[in-house]
Amino acid sequence: MSGGVDSAVAAARAVEAGHEVVGVHLALSRMPGTLRTGSRGCCTIEDSMDAQRAANIIGIPYYVWDFSERFKLDVVDDFIAEYAAGRTPNPCMRCNEKIKFAALLEKAIDLGFDAVCTGHYATIETDAAGNRELHRASAWAKDQSYVLGVLTAEQIAHSMFPLGATPSKAEVRAEAAERGFSVANKPDSHDICFIPDGDTRGWLAERVGAEKGQILDREGSVVGSHEGAAAFTVGQRRGLNLGVPDPGGRPRFVLEVRPKTNEVVVGPKEALAIGEIAGSRFTWAGLAPEHPDVAFDCDVQIRAHADPVPAVAVVQPHAETGEPELMVRPHTPLDGVAPGQTAVVYVGTRVLGQCTIDRTVSAVPVSA
Amino acid sequence: MAVYLDHAATTPMLPEAIAAYADALSVVGNPASIHSQGQASKRMLEEAREQIAATLGCDPIEVVLTSGGTEAVNLALKGLWWSRNRDAARPVILAPGGEHHATLDTLEWLEQHEGAEIGWLPLDGNGLLHPDVVASALETYGDRVALVTLLWANNEVGTIQPVTEISALAAEHGVPVHVDAVAAYGYLETDFGAVRAASGSTGAAGLVAMSVSAHKVGGPVGVGALVLSRSAKVEPLLHGGGQQRQVRSGTQDVAGAVSFAVAARHAAAHREAEAVRLAALRDRLIDGILSTVPAAQLSGAPGDGRLPGNVHVAIAGCEGDSLLFLLDMAGVSVSTGSACQAGIPEPSHVLRAMGRSEIEARGALRVTLGHTTTDEDVDALLAALPAAYEQASRAGFADRTTTLGH
Repeated sequence: MSGGVDSAVAAARAVEAGHEVVGVHLALSRMPGTLRTGSRGCCTIEDSMDAQRAANIIGIPYYVWDFSERFKLDVVDDFIAEYAAGRTPNPCMRCNEKIKFAALLEKAIDLGFDAVCTGHYATIETDAAGNRELHRASAWAKDQSYVLGVLTAEQIAHSMFPLGATPSKAEVRAEAAERGFSVANKPDSHDICFIPDGDTRGWLAERVGAEKGQILDREGSVVGSHEGAAAFTVGQRRGLNLGVPDPGGRPRFVLEVRPKTNEVVVGPKEALAIGEIAGSRFTWAGLAPEHPDVAFDCDVQIRAHADPVPAVAVVQPHAETGEPELMVRPHTPLDGVAPGQTAVVYVGTRVLGQCTIDRTVSAVPVSA
Repeated sequence: MAVYLDHAATTPMLPEAIAAYADALSVVGNPASIHSQGQASKRMLEEAREQIAATLGCDPIEVVLTSGGTEAVNLALKGLWWSRNRDAARPVILAPGGEHHATLDTLEWLEQHEGAEIGWLPLDGNGLLHPDVVASALETYGDRVALVTLLWANNEVGTIQPVTEISALAAEHGVPVHVDAVAAYGYLETDFGAVRAASGSTGAAGLVAMSVSAHKVGGPVGVGALVLSRSAKVEPLLHGGGQQRQVRSGTQDVAGAVSFAVAARHAAAHREAEAVRLAALRDRLIDGILSTVPAAQLSGAPGDGRLPGNVHVAIAGCEGDSLLFLLDMAGVSVSTGSACQAGIPEPSHVLRAMGRSEIEARGALRVTLGHTTTDEDVDALLAALPAAYEQASRAGFADRTTTLGH
């Protein structure tokens, strides 16, 4: 229970469905440096108190479990390392993958629980053979199945999402108000929770370290300079500060970040179009396809709020390493895809699986 | 009905203290008012103060009623430090590691905002402060010492400190001592006057201040006292109407004082017999835990070196909060250390100060007994613990590597 409205309503519904429910709030940050190690920068004490008040009203016990060390290793440090490597990570997905549905779930199972129940908007369906499948929420506008795409069959077997069939957030807020939850009108959280002021670039600059470097065009000519490659993300247009104008006067976008050489590559918008993405870190959200090595039709989604795009996918060996990778070719090229992002593959409403993108292939050759 | 074994956090109010509280609340009159109703209130307040003073071995005028232990500690530490630094620079406060947060955080504040210097005194492996450690610190810091502060008995691990010896050393050096007796009061003989006499404390040197709290002895939460010797000088924290020797302004809480007095008298009258009864339960609990859970290790001083109602064990290979959760589900209320604000158990700074590693400090379990504790309560904990331990050690540590996912 985060202290927000969704998890509070999810908990109440789980109780009404007849489950024995215990509220758990995750302590994910611990500011070191004083004798007292309890002061926390995020997942604030106020959030914890809000969650506890909701648990009181529902009439369930409530505890705070401290996963700050695991969170730092698996989410915060990973976030910094991914940026330093020129990739664009999604820390919320990492948190679902490593904390909520791993560290928390494992501890819960060991302590005698059967499942973790969250306020995510997604549904779980069971096929004829009894296999659990992860699906989109009934209301696509609130659907959060993308950030759950990292879950494996085993994790889904121990998960519950009571809000998945709710038509809208307004409905959840109304239900929360009716239940007397003080958090009924609490604003949704948006920012990365461990960067309290929302200044991701400044926060990263302090941790990744920044050195002056060159900005190149697709042909390799120097067109400007930057204060540190790690601060850039693919698809970014603002803040490039280019000294050499584009011959055609067209706006230019970040196409690639090369942390090893501290270079940023820019080019026209059409060069952002990606015709192929692939990653060796892939998982199946439930039963794996019977023949993943035979190309199959699917939809691919590359951001939490992006539209899914029809595509074909296949598991094939990487051309050089021979390591199996999930390769996805969208029928229409995708804009602004960066390594480090997660590509979630759907069949209809079902989440089939995902990969963390290692490489992308532009739909537009350099000479174009 | 849950089995309550967390008396160090707070102990159930005595029915007679509740009744006295409710009766006194219905009496109208500010004890500072001049009219007869005010005088009637004042009489109730001062009678209560006399009764509280009798249980503390001090004069009634030396009892400064506060909102609780935390305020008493703040008043003693800040008040003495400011007062001692008026005419000369005496920045140093000598304090052992492993003090209660009321002390630790106050000292940190004085350090950061007022320029105080903290001379931390090491504890031994049982949490004991040896007088020779204090003696050498007093020598080292000399005239620069403002005061010495220490717990009479540690609130987490129960170790009892040699208060008289330490007060005597400070008295020799002309240095005032504050003792936080919140955990000791009601369980040990905490006789302010007797310690002052035995330690040769005179005037403003040696033992001059002692903090206690009502809700640890069956009185209400929100009431406590700082025993402040007549000759001790403190700067007040609160300014206003000048009540209580100009040391603690604010309308006085008559009902709180009356209820506190009832609880204090009851605790004092039963203290010796209770100490024997609780020590027997404590020892049975310790023996039971150590024999059923071999991974458990007693923290704090053994035998009568610890509070009669305190059991504290560190259990290797599991997280204290897992044990607490499982015991709670089994209907037994215990704690991992001192009660804390956000409900987040922290690795105990007391165990760390005793030289235990953070790993060892994690499986901490504090079981504290009090006036309602029975043989059946002890049996209930001993019955629930082995299964809780087994399950908690399966869950292991929260920072273990996860296997779910890829």
